[in-house]
Amino acid sequence: MEKHKTFTVALCGNPNSGKTTLFNSLTGSHQRVGNYGGVTVETKEGICRYNNYRFRIVDLPGTYSLSAYSIEEIVTRDYLLHEKPDVVINVTDGTNLERNLYLTVQLRELAVPMVIALNMADEMDKRGLQVNLEVLSQDFGAPVVPTVGTRDLGMKELLDKVIEVGTGRWSGHDNPPIRYGDAIETELQKISQMIEDSRNSLPNGQAAGAKPATLIDSPKWLAIKLLENDQNIVQHLQQTHLWDSLSEQVQYSQKYLNSLFGEDPETIIAEQRYGFVRGVCRSVIRLTAEVRANYSDKIDLILTNRLLGLPIFAVMMYLTFWLVFTVGEYPMGWIESGIGHLAARLNEVWPAGQWQTLQSLLTDGVIAGVGGVIVFLPNIMLLFLALAMLEDTGYMARAAFIMDRMMKWVGLHGKSFIPMLTGFGCSVPGILGTRVLDNQRDRLTTMLVLPLMSCGARLTIYMLIIPAFFSGPRAALVMYAIYIIGILVAVLCARLLRSTLFQGETSPFVLELPPYRIPTFKAVVLHMWQRSWAYLQKAGTIILLMSILMWALTSFPKPSADKLASLTSRQTAEYQLQHSFAGRIGRTIEPVLKPMGFDWKIGTALIGAFAAKELFVSQMGIVYSLAEENPDTDQAQDTTEPLRRQLKANYSPLTGFCIMLFCLIATPCMATVAVTRRESGKWSWAMFQFWGLTLIAWILTTLVFQLGSLLRLGTS
Amino acid sequence: MTHEKNLNDLAPGTEGIILRIRNTSPIKKRLLEMGLIKGETIHKVKLAPLADPAEYIVKGYHVSLRREEARDVLLEP
Repeated sequence: MEKHKTFTVALCGNPNSGKTTLFNSLTGSHQRVGNYGGVTVETKEGICRYNNYRFRIVDLPGTYSLSAYSIEEIVTRDYLLHEKPDVVINVTDGTNLERNLYLTVQLRELAVPMVIALNMADEMDKRGLQVNLEVLSQDFGAPVVPTVGTRDLGMKELLDKVIEVGTGRWSGHDNPPIRYGDAIETELQKISQMIEDSRNSLPNGQAAGAKPATLIDSPKWLAIKLLENDQNIVQHLQQTHLWDSLSEQVQYSQKYLNSLFGEDPETIIAEQRYGFVRGVCRSVIRLTAEVRANYSDKIDLILTNRLLGLPIFAVMMYLTFWLVFTVGEYPMGWIESGIGHLAARLNEVWPAGQWQTLQSLLTDGVIAGVGGVIVFLPNIMLLFLALAMLEDTGYMARAAFIMDRMMKWVGLHGKSFIPMLTGFGCSVPGILGTRVLDNQRDRLTTMLVLPLMSCGARLTIYMLIIPAFFSGPRAALVMYAIYIIGILVAVLCARLLRSTLFQGETSPFVLELPPYRIPTFKAVVLHMWQRSWAYLQKAGTIILLMSILMWALTSFPKPSADKLASLTSRQTAEYQLQHSFAGRIGRTIEPVLKPMGFDWKIGTALIGAFAAKELFVSQMGIVYSLAEENPDTDQAQDTTEPLRRQLKANYSPLTGFCIMLFCLIATPCMATVAVTRRESGKWSWAMFQFWGLTLIAWILTTLVFQLGSLLRLGTS
Repeated sequence: MTHEKNLNDLAPGTEGIILRIRNTSPIKKRLLEMGLIKGETIHKVKLAPLADPAEYIVKGYHVSLRREEARDVLLEP
């Protein structure tokens, strides 16, 4: 019986073909869907059940082709070659069939079991595009199912076909692969024959005439790739014994075809594939109505207009900031009072004088720590809402289009702008997003300077400090200045890196500008929710643990009672903290911090901020609420406002600014270091980033503090 | 050496027919795979606000190319 059988189904398609939306429709696990090319850089998985079958759905990166040009293409091809999914769903954008089917041709060459999803069927109707499904199915030897990913339409029919193909019951057409014309076919035959012969003559290893274990062993496919000069395959074959004789034949064939066509074989092969696709499109597409003037083009006339483009871009960015900061203030207030209320209630119901360590742990460790983080959740949710809107409408790609000239000047790619912008939310997804860059130098440069984009977690620090020292228009000005400084330092660092470590041309800027689309409410809200939930989880696990650890560091070891006997209650608290682990570490590094105007308390909080930048706030909270602890008063109120008062009483505005400046530039958080390590592939890059940024931060902050003190700027 | 007409010679709002991609182009393969092949009509929509890159329509979709990349896309005279 085939009941409960599990199929592995891979989704494969061009960027912007709606592949991820389709994935969401199938699995119900809602992921990031963007209009920007290559948002899905990692393979994602989801489970789907239908008709007693179980489907493991794998969302592969969006690619235009299966050559080894970018990381996405290599990932996709390797997955298809080595993991061998039971069925591949080729997601195509029906409104842009000609280019989308180029990938379909290559999938057919790979001879994978395939179902073609003709996506965006609703938009095709609107444009009066009719496709003859039967003929299209014949031409590619695969079933074709019209779908609308955004409205969950066609999913049952799609899965029905997946089952048919997966169980081998699909009775459709089994077409021979496309032919490249006699001249090329003859050369392909020669090369594949050589591969075949040398394999058969192998004394051991692959048995003679055995079926190829993977497609890499399929002689015809290898021959095509060799003629195309596919570096990935060349490297693969260079390690085998047949390379010497083979490379000679390949070079000969390439030369011969070059002289015959006046072009290299890779061009001829691409042209042949497109020729085939064009033929298919001619026979299957029928235009039933005159296409109206494209609404997307009209929008673009304004949004990327030569005169209006940049001002509109600036306004977009301003609106984003306004949404995040100004609108976000209201829910922040509600959450703050809620948390204060919670801590107060807890102290109220606590049996007096009992389990005081636990009480302190809960109010000072847990509530002060996590509470101080949750307070800023509205900012983060709104930021991700804005980013989701920018991505899903298609404006993000235009942002890259508009900004490319400037980014190129910095030594980066227009595509770098998107990960950099994401960095304002959080460096971690930003660094992951650098995978959209094809060129390793561009990727590393972007990755290394990305933490200078002030992230949402650092916003928690600014939101604590700015109201404490700056009011009115100056508050907004300081906030703006901090962000600008981050960008300027990033520009300088990027230029420096490009002219030293990463010399060379910037990578090509071939960027698709997808049509503007109205984002679905569901997609945007889910996107926002997912990102915020990820932040909360981080806050809920790492930050809670770190808060408790830091509470312990600031609470223990306890000084002996006789030492405290002669001190007032305030002095007692101070002494206790100085005596604790944190105080000792803070004191140890104080000489290094002093030139920046920091005391050991700030040093203690900075230690905690390595775990996650937002921890600086809860650290300061704990440091100060412990230092000022007085058991007779109800100290468990809103923790942010009293902390601001403490800051104001203890530090000058200059020091406040220096704290922000240092936190902006220095020591990316634990998670950033970990992700940089993973994405760059080397610990040395992560360490280079960590110490490099910390050193720059120290130098800059020291300069600002010393100059500021000298000129008496903000010292009172 | 005579000048070979390329995409940069197109005025915004006009179109040309692709002849070939220069062999020296480091992204020849990518351009071919995106559909910039011989005989294809390519329409130059406009320049970005900072004059570079430019937006083109080929095979019914929009794509952005930098000047230095567009230089390698040769057009029929």
